[in-house]
Amino acid sequence: MTQPFHCGTRAHLTRRSLLQTAAGLPFLGSLAQTLAADAASPSADPARPKSVIVLWMEGGPSQLETFDPHPGGRIGGSVKKIQTSAPGIEIADTLPQLAQQMHHGSLVRSIIGKEGDHERAVYNIKTGYRPDPTLIHPSIGSILCHQSDFGADIPRHVSILPGGNPARGGYLGAHFDAFKVYDPANPVPDVQRRVDDDRYDRRVQDLLEVAEARFSRRRLVDLDRQKTLHAAMTNAALTMMTSEQLDAFDVSKESKSVRETFGDSPFGRGCLAAARLVEVGVRCVEVTLGGWDSHINNHSLQSGACATLDPAAAALIAELKARDLLDTTLVVIAGEFGRTPKINAAEGRDHWVHGFSIMLAGCGIRRGGVHGATAGDADLNPDKPADGVSDPVSVADIHATMLAALGIDHGIELQTPIGRPMFLSEGNPITALLNG
Amino acid sequence: MIRAIGQFLKRITLLTAVAFGVAGYLATGLDERVRGIDSGPWGRTTKESGNADLPAVNPGEMSIVTVTVPPVAEQPKPVPGASIRRLDDASVERAIAKFDAAMATVWKESGVEVASEADWMTISRRLSLALVGSGLPLEEIRALQALPAQQRIQYQLERLLRDPRHHDYWGERWTRAVVGANDGPFIAYRRRRFRLWLSDQIAANRRIDELVRQMVTGRGLPTDRPEVNFLTVTMDSDEQGQPDPVRLAARTSRVFLGLRIDCLQCHDDFLGNASLGDNGELREGTQQDFHSLAAFYSPARFNGLQGIREEDHPYIYQYLNADEGVAVQPSVPFKKHLLPTEGDARQRLAIWLTHPENNQFAYAIANRVWALMFGRALTDAVDDLRLDQPPHPALEVLARELVDSGYDMRHLIRVISGSRAFRLSSEADFEVTPNHEANWSVFPLVRLRPEQVAASVIQAARVKTVDRDSSLVVQLQKFGGINDFVTRYGDIGEDEFEQESVTITQRLLMLNGELVREQGDDNPLLNSTSHINMFSRSDAEAIENVYLCVLNRFPDAEEVAIYTDRLQMNTSDSLDPKDGNGEADQQQVVGLTNPQATDQRQKALEDLFWVLTNSSEFSWNH
Repeated sequence: MTQPFHCGTRAHLTRRSLLQTAAGLPFLGSLAQTLAADAASPSADPARPKSVIVLWMEGGPSQLETFDPHPGGRIGGSVKKIQTSAPGIEIADTLPQLAQQMHHGSLVRSIIGKEGDHERAVYNIKTGYRPDPTLIHPSIGSILCHQSDFGADIPRHVSILPGGNPARGGYLGAHFDAFKVYDPANPVPDVQRRVDDDRYDRRVQDLLEVAEARFSRRRLVDLDRQKTLHAAMTNAALTMMTSEQLDAFDVSKESKSVRETFGDSPFGRGCLAAARLVEVGVRCVEVTLGGWDSHINNHSLQSGACATLDPAAAALIAELKARDLLDTTLVVIAGEFGRTPKINAAEGRDHWVHGFSIMLAGCGIRRGGVHGATAGDADLNPDKPADGVSDPVSVADIHATMLAALGIDHGIELQTPIGRPMFLSEGNPITALLNG
Repeated sequence: MIRAIGQFLKRITLLTAVAFGVAGYLATGLDERVRGIDSGPWGRTTKESGNADLPAVNPGEMSIVTVTVPPVAEQPKPVPGASIRRLDDASVERAIAKFDAAMATVWKESGVEVASEADWMTISRRLSLALVGSGLPLEEIRALQALPAQQRIQYQLERLLRDPRHHDYWGERWTRAVVGANDGPFIAYRRRRFRLWLSDQIAANRRIDELVRQMVTGRGLPTDRPEVNFLTVTMDSDEQGQPDPVRLAARTSRVFLGLRIDCLQCHDDFLGNASLGDNGELREGTQQDFHSLAAFYSPARFNGLQGIREEDHPYIYQYLNADEGVAVQPSVPFKKHLLPTEGDARQRLAIWLTHPENNQFAYAIANRVWALMFGRALTDAVDDLRLDQPPHPALEVLARELVDSGYDMRHLIRVISGSRAFRLSSEADFEVTPNHEANWSVFPLVRLRPEQVAASVIQAARVKTVDRDSSLVVQLQKFGGINDFVTRYGDIGEDEFEQESVTITQRLLMLNGELVREQGDDNPLLNSTSHINMFSRSDAEAIENVYLCVLNRFPDAEEVAIYTDRLQMNTSDSLDPKDGNGEADQQQVVGLTNPQATDQRQKALEDLFWVLTNSSEFSWNH
């Protein structure tokens, strides 16, 4: 039974073996397909699949200090508004660079939510559904990966700088959860071997040929494929560890001038990595920027966060355009809710779900559009907080719109593991924002 | 910080450790000849709940008997009172027999083959994973080995039931079930307080029906009255900062009734998913059923000074397709005759919920205890025990036992762990199919929870039990290590018993992550690989000790042969033949005579630790 341990374990873990082990696996089905396509024709470039990049503003960005300023009035605060590259659209002066990319995207200024607590609202915006104790709904990236098979050697769903609630696969399965990475200035976690190659190969060989072989004996038939996926996922992990696509995380491969346009921040590097990841076939990247929960000193906190967001988001859109990826990549800039029109005693703004904004760009989104509006001089009647909002849309409508932009029918009904039918989204696409 | 401490400790030399007499202490756990079952951490007195044990149990049925720990030849200091008090054997045995008979009928009717009984170490590992959330420490295995074979499981069970690790672990599990995994509203919710309170209740083995009544009827401030957090966790801005009757109704129906009727919040049942009413008169559930249940919670109002109090606050709801909201009267969706007419709304609800004739309550609790023991519920989902489907016969037995024992959760644990189903092997001579697992005729393979994986890695790296009495460094390592690991591995939140396969992220974390490296590496003061290298008298014994630490079983002859080769290959690779070190030397305590060989053998043992912690045998309950 003792075998020579320099048998080239890595050679066992080639693409071919992965193709064999991956067959039938939800996570890797796409990978197998892509690899098969690669093998057949290395230069084949089928219609590029659509991807989504979510710039997640954790804490609740103020619509009044970003995409929906109302300077001068009772609620405007200290912000000013500036013209953008899209005729007729003005946004806050906190986002001057993003203003110059506005012609690539659209704004929604009239979202009405129902969740005012951070955790519940994050869930709501990321999934399009309100929290339900009986099941976890999948995030937009998980749905995209589930509905479309194209992929990469590396995980197709990535969360960079994950905050408190990174995107999840929910009832679609944990294998659709986002793969979490941190500041791209640092190496991707857990992909470096901890011991030298010979020793590592021997360990892997012992794991697969001794430990796994013994455990599967006399147990559930076809154990690995039918239940644990242990060896299959181990092999997939090993493939990822040696994949050249891992380089996409390494932003130092970009020129200094490109890096500088994104800003010298973890978030800026995250946005650059997002563009690189989409380029190699990753389908959804979420990049999180915190610092928006401005219950005190609203203007200063929002301006500070915008200073990080502005160069990164603007450079991301420009870079995607330059790499010919913008037409197939949906960029979303959103947080869990907006902030109150009323400025509180501590010069802060609190949580506000009655008319807040997001930005969508690329991938079939109308260029230079705006949907909905809030009134700068609204009555702010506490019993009718949404009175000043025109063309209101729900959170579910936003999800239906994103799915439509990605070419996915939001009305598709899936069965949850317990057989409960569930639409991908219960909203209606905002047609005016599509087909740009 | 924790890593820095670990690094610092690593630099402390073996010599220092020996000088302080640590060597003897460490060797104790490794040595097959146990010094004393009641000395050392395994035998230390825990927060004994003897007097508080089962205060409300019907005394007519129960008596106290004694399981005497047999004399151990080499026990240096027999400790008086080493016996463990437990419930009457006969009543537990009778319950187990009923349970086994119910399962046997199911097996017979479904025509499945039944696996044979697993060996005691496999069952011990299951018990340890279920009750304290990690595998067995080597010292526990050695202590159990010293007992007669037929007493080991029972002895371990009684020990663990009184172990603070069990109270903490189940405190967290039940906390997830009743208030969820999230932090909730900042001002009015104290999750940690609630969890510690539950741990204390479990330690005292309080009646579970009483606990539920306490939660449902809670009054006061969440800081002062921990049970009130059951209500305040639902406060959010959507309800003007008040407890949310809708979320409380959903939680109540799922956790305490085993009914998923959340869909009735928005519409009447049209899929046949939510049958309500009474036997013989089952009907499709309506929106009114759900909101009538929610209405019990409407008077529970919060203010900053007094916390939760009962106020006159009607529940107004506008039903689907209705023109205006109406005041909804509190009512229950079945067995209305059990609902008392006296008392305030929540008192009435609490009494109805926990009424001995309200079978759903007993089913729901019993099914959750079953799920905590097996990692998988008796039914497809732990909280889906539909009124229109007969309960599993074994659940029927458990529910009856729960009520008759005075809602004694420990009694259920004893019955389940004594049952044949719990003790079956996951291996069989026949071809094992999903149907066997579905019928519990083999022990089902269940993926460990992230906390169980992390805690088991940390425990595998210690010869001694990691508990509240461990050194501060070890406890810090455990706390920090588990938190970091779970964050990355993917916390499964409230989905306690979802059946998932492993993911790439999880495999990468085990293959290359910090926790496995830190726990497996050479660290003479802390880690088992180093201790095993230092104190094992032969390669075979070293291999055996790693297997016991990590997988809680002995290696078979084939495995010993393979890894002996690995150990010796490393050693002979590294030794200069001119030194004249022959094979005989390698079979000795090589480490103490040849530092280079020790280092090489250490590496081989670290490799083995890595292989075993990375195996599916380790990360699945089996």
